[in-house]
Amino acid sequence: MSDRLVKLRVRRQDGPDRPESKRWEEFAVPYQPHMNVISALMEVQKAPKTTSGQTVAPVVWECVCLEEVCGSCTMVINGKVRQSCSALIDQIAPNGETITLEPMSKFPVVRDLMVDRQRMFEDMKRVKAWIHLDGTHELGPGPRESQEKQEERYSLSRCMTCGCCLEACPQYGPGREFVGPFALSLVRYFNEHPSGAMHAGERLETVMGNGGVEDCGKAQNCVEVCPKEIPLVDSIAEVGRATTKRLLFGWLLK
Amino acid sequence: MASKNLVRSSSGAVRRAIVVGGGLGGLMTVIKLCEANVPVLLFSLVPVKRSHSVCAQGGINASVNTKGEGDSPQVHLEETAYGGDFLANQPPIKGMCDAAPGIVFMLDRMGVPFNRTPEGLLDFRRFGGTLFHRTAFAGATTGQQLLYALDEQVRRFETVDVEDEHGVAIPGEKMVQKFESWDFLSAVLADDGACVGIIAQDMKNMSVRAFRADTVCLATGGPGIIFGRSTNSVICTGTAAASVYRQGAIYGNGECIQVHPTAIPGADKLRLISESARGEGGRVWVPKDAKDKRQPRDIPEKDRDYVLERMYPGYGNLVPRDIASRAIFKTCYHEHRGIFNDKTGKNENEVYLDLTHKDEAFLRKKLAGILEIYEKFAGVDPYTNPMKVFPAVHYSMGGLWCDFERAANGSLVMGSPRNQSTSIPGLYAAGEVDYQYHGANRLGANSLLSCIYAGMVAGPAMASYRQSISTSAFDLPASIFEKAEKRERDNYERILGQNSNETDAENAYVLHQELGETMLRDCTIERDNAILDKVLGKIGELDDRVKRVRVTDTQSRMNQGAQFVRHLENMLVLARVIAQGAKNRDESRGAHYKPAFPKRDDANWARTTLARHKTVGSVEYIRAFDYVCAGKSVHITDEIDLSLVKPRERKYEQAGAASAVAQGAAASVPPAGATTANAKLEVR
Repeated sequence: MSDRLVKLRVRRQDGPDRPESKRWEEFAVPYQPHMNVISALMEVQKAPKTTSGQTVAPVVWECVCLEEVCGSCTMVINGKVRQSCSALIDQIAPNGETITLEPMSKFPVVRDLMVDRQRMFEDMKRVKAWIHLDGTHELGPGPRESQEKQEERYSLSRCMTCGCCLEACPQYGPGREFVGPFALSLVRYFNEHPSGAMHAGERLETVMGNGGVEDCGKAQNCVEVCPKEIPLVDSIAEVGRATTKRLLFGWLLK
Repeated sequence: MASKNLVRSSSGAVRRAIVVGGGLGGLMTVIKLCEANVPVLLFSLVPVKRSHSVCAQGGINASVNTKGEGDSPQVHLEETAYGGDFLANQPPIKGMCDAAPGIVFMLDRMGVPFNRTPEGLLDFRRFGGTLFHRTAFAGATTGQQLLYALDEQVRRFETVDVEDEHGVAIPGEKMVQKFESWDFLSAVLADDGACVGIIAQDMKNMSVRAFRADTVCLATGGPGIIFGRSTNSVICTGTAAASVYRQGAIYGNGECIQVHPTAIPGADKLRLISESARGEGGRVWVPKDAKDKRQPRDIPEKDRDYVLERMYPGYGNLVPRDIASRAIFKTCYHEHRGIFNDKTGKNENEVYLDLTHKDEAFLRKKLAGILEIYEKFAGVDPYTNPMKVFPAVHYSMGGLWCDFERAANGSLVMGSPRNQSTSIPGLYAAGEVDYQYHGANRLGANSLLSCIYAGMVAGPAMASYRQSISTSAFDLPASIFEKAEKRERDNYERILGQNSNETDAENAYVLHQELGETMLRDCTIERDNAILDKVLGKIGELDDRVKRVRVTDTQSRMNQGAQFVRHLENMLVLARVIAQGAKNRDESRGAHYKPAFPKRDDANWARTTLARHKTVGSVEYIRAFDYVCAGKSVHITDEIDLSLVKPRERKYEQAGAASAVAQGAAASVPPAGATTANAKLEVR
């Protein structure tokens, strides 16, 4: 057992309607090999005392799978948005540096490091992010697909609604309508599927007005922070081309 | 006489069903209910898209026989029954295996990006306990893609109006209404014992509220967190199952806990490395010389012991999980031949899982998801270095007891209100929370299937049940709900206020760590009655100490600390069911293994463990009970329906042993495309 400590500096807030409760608290917990930010926060739960000796409520944060596939535990760590499960202490604080944890800034704070990303799920409704199924009864296999197409769609299918791309996007935020990169990429994902393509026009219409693809400022921050390396910029370009085409020639279809 | 209007109650309220849990089982149940025109309230502890189903990696089984190997649902049934060591009722398994190809095709139609053959058909790979290519997959993140597909369909139903009996949309009422970030506290039971709603807590403001429902389905997943660290997500505490068990629901085969052979050891979680790694050719080995200090890449073939291939030439690295886990445990614990660590001078509890002999492009297409996890969390490149893995608690075969109605052809009567019904009328269970499909050991890639199939069965069953009830829950007196609500509110207040004495205060997270350490060490791969007595003693001690837990957080917003106390209390209840059930079952069957009783004992133990709650600290194990379903009394015993596949000794040393019908073909001809070392061993 080494004496090495993991030092955390945590931004806390008791609720969205309690801005006055915004504060920093510092914790130090014993280091263990292979530790990540979540296991450090779990140690805080077992002994919720700040470095100045004050007993406090354990830090509130969101986490589920701990293997970077559910998207829950996204937060801003040392100024960078990412999942806290895959933020390994050895990598972010190899010499015992203090680690700063903050909630994402683009969503309402629920409490401490937990934010409410409900808007993302609402925007998935807006862009009709689904295949319009006739029903779940047996109707035989789906359409055939080439291996190449499958690989392309698979890379788009891994979006875990974590919100990293939105945190990094200068155009996205409270009071703004822009649906953001993840939603535009979903439009592309569903429009590329043979059955999904049957409703491609409808889906494109959802991102042609306010808050749609035209709002993208082409900063390209999104693709830099996506933990699943989803080609978000390509998706936005693809959807942009398709909407332009529809804008110019859509009347021919009517 | 059943209520006439199925859309609205006499009071005018929309008659809804409730589904608790938004993983594959819950979402499939919701979809089936909506298709049967039953509006649903969907409750989930987390946004449903973040449910634990997302962690499933390898794939989903369906005997589509794309590779022309002679696979069929009958072989799938036989291998599942055999793999589960004949503890599961066979009609539900038959129903599931028969439905499997249709389920995979349905998912395909939903747009799941399944891997493809060169012709553009669904590709299938091998998994444990079979010689056939039966597992459809989307890279190595199949659970994620499946969950998302169902999540998208449910989201569409969130936009669909509820229509009245004349087909007119009812303003403001959608087919699905979600309550995410709500914690299930208990079922509301009417005077006749039927479930008529739930009590849940909104974590955002900690308010406790009753909800009416004509019928309720729990799809709340497994209890892996009882074992501390496992492959499960942190939300898999089993609290909902424990809660209804405390209200009288029977719990079945609790002692049957699956330990997965290959996970990455970690401080917070034991991250799974899917069986698909072995399905695609991965080999498990340790150095022949237990003190070998060389890097694994420098150890030549002749100095390696391919443990599973040596012990089980018939199935090699693809023996079922219980067998692989025991073999690895034996190698490390009893033979002290785990990987040697030069720094500590010890043989660690680790073996190699080696994929380095496979082409990197091939691995990226089929396994990138899990290899990324290894790379990220272990910090080592698995394309060029063998991975270091060890077994970890993974899945509960046991769960809430569920009924089924057998059809003349041996399958299920679709739409029977008995299917997936718990012993509480009106309360259903679907997914890992049920005990129905896997017996004493689950085959890989059968869990995604059983979750979806259970949902497909539960939805129509609930719709039938709803038609059978004479008074809608929405027409019952408010007092029933107010009373139940008050009980849960008081209980929450108790947790917030208990033990203000700081000197003997306990911390719930510390107690949980102690519980996990005990359960993981003493109640998993090998079980011993004297040690299980100590486990039960420890659980008793924790039952006492949990009463002294003092929460340091009393705020009425996202109070995770107080919530965890409740979950811990429930975990202790289920831990006892598991440990006591393990102690009772004096035999070895599937994942339940006692060295003192190394054989399966069909004469005494070919029966379901049925646990009934008495009080905290006491479980009653019963042989029979009666319950009422849709107005009819049903007599249930612990006898297992083994009418479709005759029990025989389980042996994986010989190829093809798992299926009598497939034995000829599989034993004499290697499956097409199988060019791994395993397949070479099979044809010997």
